[in-house]
Amino acid sequence: MTALTGPLTGPANGPGVGRTSGPDRTIVLWCPDWPVTAARARAGLPADAPVALVDRGTVFACSTAARGAGVRRGLTVREAQFRCPDLIALGYDRVLDDRAFEPVIERLEDTTPGVQLLRPGLCAVRSRGPARFYGNERAAAETLIACVAALGIPGARAGIADGAFAAEQVARDAGTAPVRVVPPGGSAAFLAVRPVTTLVDAGLIDGELATLLRRLGVHTLRDFAALPADRVRHRFGAAAARAHRIAGATDDSRVVPRVPPRHREVAFDWEPPLDRVDQVTFAIRAGLDDFVRSLAASRLVCTEVTIEVCTDSAAGAGAVQTRSWRHPRWFTGTDIADRVRWQLQGAGPGASELEAAITRVRVIPERVDSTADHEQGLWDSGPDERIHHALTRVQGLLGHDGVLTAVPGGGRLLRDRRVLVPWGDAPPATQVQPAAARERAAAAPWPGRLPGLSPATVFTDPPPVLLLAPDGTSVGVDDRGVLSGAPASFSPGLRQEDLGAVTAWAGPWPLVEHWWDPVRAYHSQRLQLVDTSGTAWLLLLEAAGWVAEARYD
Amino acid sequence: MSRLPVPRTGAGSREVAAGLQSRIRGMESTRLGLETRPAAAGFEGLLPGGALRPGAVYAVDSSISLLLALLAGPSVAGSWCGIIGLPDLGPEAATSLGIDLARLVLVPAPGDHWLTVTAALADVLPVVAVRPPRRVSETEASRLGARLRQRGCTLLVAGEWPQAEARLSLRTNTWSGLGFGHGHLTGREVLVAASARSGFPRTARMSLAGLSSEAPADQDSRLDVQLPALRYGEAV
Repeated sequence: MTALTGPLTGPANGPGVGRTSGPDRTIVLWCPDWPVTAARARAGLPADAPVALVDRGTVFACSTAARGAGVRRGLTVREAQFRCPDLIALGYDRVLDDRAFEPVIERLEDTTPGVQLLRPGLCAVRSRGPARFYGNERAAAETLIACVAALGIPGARAGIADGAFAAEQVARDAGTAPVRVVPPGGSAAFLAVRPVTTLVDAGLIDGELATLLRRLGVHTLRDFAALPADRVRHRFGAAAARAHRIAGATDDSRVVPRVPPRHREVAFDWEPPLDRVDQVTFAIRAGLDDFVRSLAASRLVCTEVTIEVCTDSAAGAGAVQTRSWRHPRWFTGTDIADRVRWQLQGAGPGASELEAAITRVRVIPERVDSTADHEQGLWDSGPDERIHHALTRVQGLLGHDGVLTAVPGGGRLLRDRRVLVPWGDAPPATQVQPAAARERAAAAPWPGRLPGLSPATVFTDPPPVLLLAPDGTSVGVDDRGVLSGAPASFSPGLRQEDLGAVTAWAGPWPLVEHWWDPVRAYHSQRLQLVDTSGTAWLLLLEAAGWVAEARYD
Repeated sequence: MSRLPVPRTGAGSREVAAGLQSRIRGMESTRLGLETRPAAAGFEGLLPGGALRPGAVYAVDSSISLLLALLAGPSVAGSWCGIIGLPDLGPEAATSLGIDLARLVLVPAPGDHWLTVTAALADVLPVVAVRPPRRVSETEASRLGARLRQRGCTLLVAGEWPQAEARLSLRTNTWSGLGFGHGHLTGREVLVAASARSGFPRTARMSLAGLSSEAPADQDSRLDVQLPALRYGEAV
C-alpha cells in the first residue's frame, strides 16, 4: 500500500507539517450499557434483572443478564422474549440517557475539570492535568472510576491513549481490567487491526462508505490510514478525511471540555411559614424580577417554568406540589408571580386563605430561549402583543382558566369534540389523547358522530328533558334499538306544563364507546327533534333518562 | 361656517334637509371617516349602512347561531374576536359558520366582572360578543358605549341592550332534512328581522347552515337517503 503515497502527498500535507504536537493523551471513561443502566435506575430494578430496551419494535440495548440468555441488539421483542422468558422490556427514551448522565458528569467535574461529553455513558478527559495531580495516568483513571462507582454505577471502564477515538477503543477492549493504558505513540499500532466498521460505530463515517471501503479491499484501519490523505479527501469529502486522520492516530483535535450549565432556578424559603396567598406573592415578587433580569443578562428568556410549592401541612409534612406553566411569549416576574398565585389558589379565585402554610417555593426554568428568537419586530407585532396584555389582565382577574381558546378535538359526543385550552397553555395531552394525536383525531372520520348541522349550544352539563310518546309514557329504546313509541311531546325541562308537540324527529342512533373498559364505557341513544317553537334539539337517552346534549338556537 | 342656502321649493327643501341630516350625523360621530367592518353575506341589506360600524352596539335576540353568523364577517376578514359569557358555546358551529378559532378568545364565565372584562377586551379586540347575565342600566351602557367609540370596537350583545344601533331577531326558522322518524338536519333557513334606531324595520332571508365540513363523505352513509327536502316551522 505504500506505493500509493505518490509525489502528490507532499504538497497536500504541507499545512500539517508545521504542527509539532499529535493527539492529546486522553482518558475515556465508558459506562457499558448506559441506556440500560439509566432505564433500570428509573424503573427501580435490581442490577441482575434481565432488561431489554425496545425502540420501534426491536431490541435497542440489553443488560448483561439478558445478553447471557441470548438476547441481542436488533432482535424483535417476541424473539427476545422467546429466548429469555423473564425479560423485562422497557421503552427506550433517548432523553432519559442524557438526563441520567448529567449527575455523573457533574460528579466528574468536581474531581477533575474539563470533561467532554462524547455520548451519554461516554466521556473524555485530557489526561495531562489529572496524571500530574494523582501521580500517573492509571491512578487518575482509577480515581475517576471510583467517583462513578460512588454514585452506584458499577462496571465503568477507562482507556488511556492518544486521542479520544483510540482511548474509547482501548476502554471497550479493556476486558476484565477496569483500566488499560496504551503508551504514547502506540495508538496507531493498537488501532491498526480494528475493522473499518469501528469508525461507523463511533459515528465518524456512514455505513455506505464502510461498505464501499470493504469492496475496495480496505478492511482494517491500517489499510484505511495507509490511503493518501488528499485522495481520501477528494474522493470521500471532509468527514472521511477526518476519519482518516483519526484512523492513523494523527488527528490533533483536542478534548473540548463542556461549559457546565448554570443552575438558574430560584427558591424562596420562609421560617415561620406563610399562610396567605398575598403574603407569598408579595414576598417573591422582587426575587422573581431579579431572576428574569439575570436571564435577560445572559440574553435568555424563559418560556416554560415549573413551580414547586412545599407545604407544612399537618398530614403530610413537606408535601410538594409541582406544576409546569407555559407562556405564549415569555415570562416576566409578574407573570411568574401570577402563576404561583393561581397554583396556590387552585380551587378558584378569591381564596386567599391556604389549607397549609407554605415553607418553600421553587421556580425552575424548564425551557429558555435566546432573546434573538423573541425580539419584537419593527412592524406587525403590535396588535398581538396588546391582545396578550389585555388577556393576561383578564386572567389576573378571573384566574388562569378564565380566558380560553378553542381547538378542534376528536370524538363522537359533541362535548368531547370541544377542547378548551387556557390562554397561553399548550393543548392538553390527556392519557386518552396525546397532544400530537389530537390534531389527527380531530380530522379523523369518527363513524357515528353527528352529521349535518353543528349546534351552536353544546351543554357542558346536559339538562334533563321530558320526551313522551302519544300515550303519555316516556319514550324508551329496547335492546334491539327500537323506540317504544313515536315521540309526540317534548319539554325542555322536567315541567309537564312546558310540554309541546314534536314537529319532526329522527332516531334513535345508538352510541357505544369503550364497551371493553368498565370505567370508560358509555352507552346511549341519540335523537334529533324540532319542537313546536321551531327550535331543534339533540337528545341523549342515558341510563338516568333523556338529557339534552345540544340545542340548535 | 358657510351659510346654507334658504329653501324655496319642495324638492329643494328635501335636498337641504338631507344635507343638514348628513351634517348632523357627521358632527355627532366621534370618529373621522366612515370605516366599517364587513358583515357576513346576507346581512348587507339588514344592517344600517350595510356593515358593522366600529363603536356601535348590535343586539341579537335569543339566537346564538345568528350571533355567530354576525361575528363571522369580521373573523373571515382577519379580525380577532371575543365571546364573553357563553359557557355552552359549540366551537364546531362557530367554525362551520366561518369563524377562525385561532383568532377567537372565550371568556365563558366572567361572573360579576362581566362589564370589566368586556371593557378590557373591547380595548384590544375589534369585535366582541357578550351575553349579559342581567339587565344593563342606561348609565353602564352609555359608559361602555363611550369606550367602544373611543376604541373603535363593535359590540354584539345576545339579549337586550339600551341604545343598540340595530336589533336583530329571528322571525321564522325553517329546517330541512329532518322527517318523521328519518333523515337528519342538513339545512336551516331563517327570516331575520332588523329594527334599526333610525329607519324602517327590514327583513332578510338567509341560510344558517354554514359550511358543511363532511359533505362528500356522508353521501354514502345509510342515514343520508335522498329525501325530499321536508320543511317544518313557520312557527313564531
